[in-house]
Amino acid sequence: MDGSERVFDDRTPGVEEHEPTANYLSYTVGLALAIVATIASFVVSQTGLLWAPGIPVGLVVLAIAQIGVHLVFFLHLGSGSDNTNNILALAFGVLIVLLIIGGSIWIIANINDNAMPSADSMNMHMDH
Amino acid sequence: MTIATIDTRPAATSSTLARGRGAGGPAPKRTVVAYGFWIFVLSDMVMFAGLFAAYAVLRGNTAGGSTGAELFNLRNVFIETVCLLLSSYTCGLGALSAERRHSALFFLFAALTFVLGATFLLIEGTEFAGMVARGAGPGRSAFLSSFFTLVGTHGAHVTSGLIWLVYLAAQVKVKGLRPAVLRRLLCWSLFWHALDIVWVGVLTLVYLMGVA
Repeated sequence: MDGSERVFDDRTPGVEEHEPTANYLSYTVGLALAIVATIASFVVSQTGLLWAPGIPVGLVVLAIAQIGVHLVFFLHLGSGSDNTNNILALAFGVLIVLLIIGGSIWIIANINDNAMPSADSMNMHMDH
Repeated sequence: MTIATIDTRPAATSSTLARGRGAGGPAPKRTVVAYGFWIFVLSDMVMFAGLFAAYAVLRGNTAGGSTGAELFNLRNVFIETVCLLLSSYTCGLGALSAERRHSALFFLFAALTFVLGATFLLIEGTEFAGMVARGAGPGRSAFLSSFFTLVGTHGAHVTSGLIWLVYLAAQVKVKGLRPAVLRRLLCWSLFWHALDIVWVGVLTLVYLMGVA
């Protein structure tokens, strides 16, 4: 009835309008990749595969990769030109999220350093 | 023909299709509704960012009480993660079946999604009850306050997602898969996928980094 003549420039988030037959496959590929990323996260955190101080970095990288998999394969936010509005809103959201989390960690780490001087730094001040 | 054009633009304008960016008339209602809900989901993410920031700042302040490494059971967390991931998958397949008007398949996937989500909540509830019973409730330390707030808010979202799913399944049963119901299903699936994305953050920051 319709479908063939529905050419939309604005794409709906969460829906892949142009490739209806690829959808089941897309979800399955996404699930497989997400499971791989999840297992990799557990392996990295529980084994000595990575150099110990690098484990948090490895976990963050795997989490970002998995979030990317979710966005592309489950929410269908690709790089197509018809996705501009959705991607722009997402980019703004990511900016705010990074500012809140990164800014909080940065500021509080500084306050902790300044508010509670350790015995060493007390001695250093005395020496001057 | 007449039914289909309720939710799309009239056939007369199909020769001058809207190309977005203000030319050719407004976007279809489906696009507008989902975009609005997408904005809500992103604002929900910003709220979670505040809770993540609080947890990241307070995770070391255990006030002499239990640390994450002593409290968390990674085997349960792995099962929770798999449940949520599979429920996101079945949610996607359910939404797809609804789009294609396969209502029997939709009910099957909706039931699977509900069972997986309920299993997740059951494990999480057991974990919370066990922690409180060991004297590691939300009042014990700043670490535990921020832990229960962050993970509890995610759990509350999953709970409301399940209630919403039952409500939508009833709507599909009573009203059928008509455009208004399909738009609600689309919003719900966005919500459910977003919860899985938040869980990736919880898993990484709270559980895996807390135990490593």
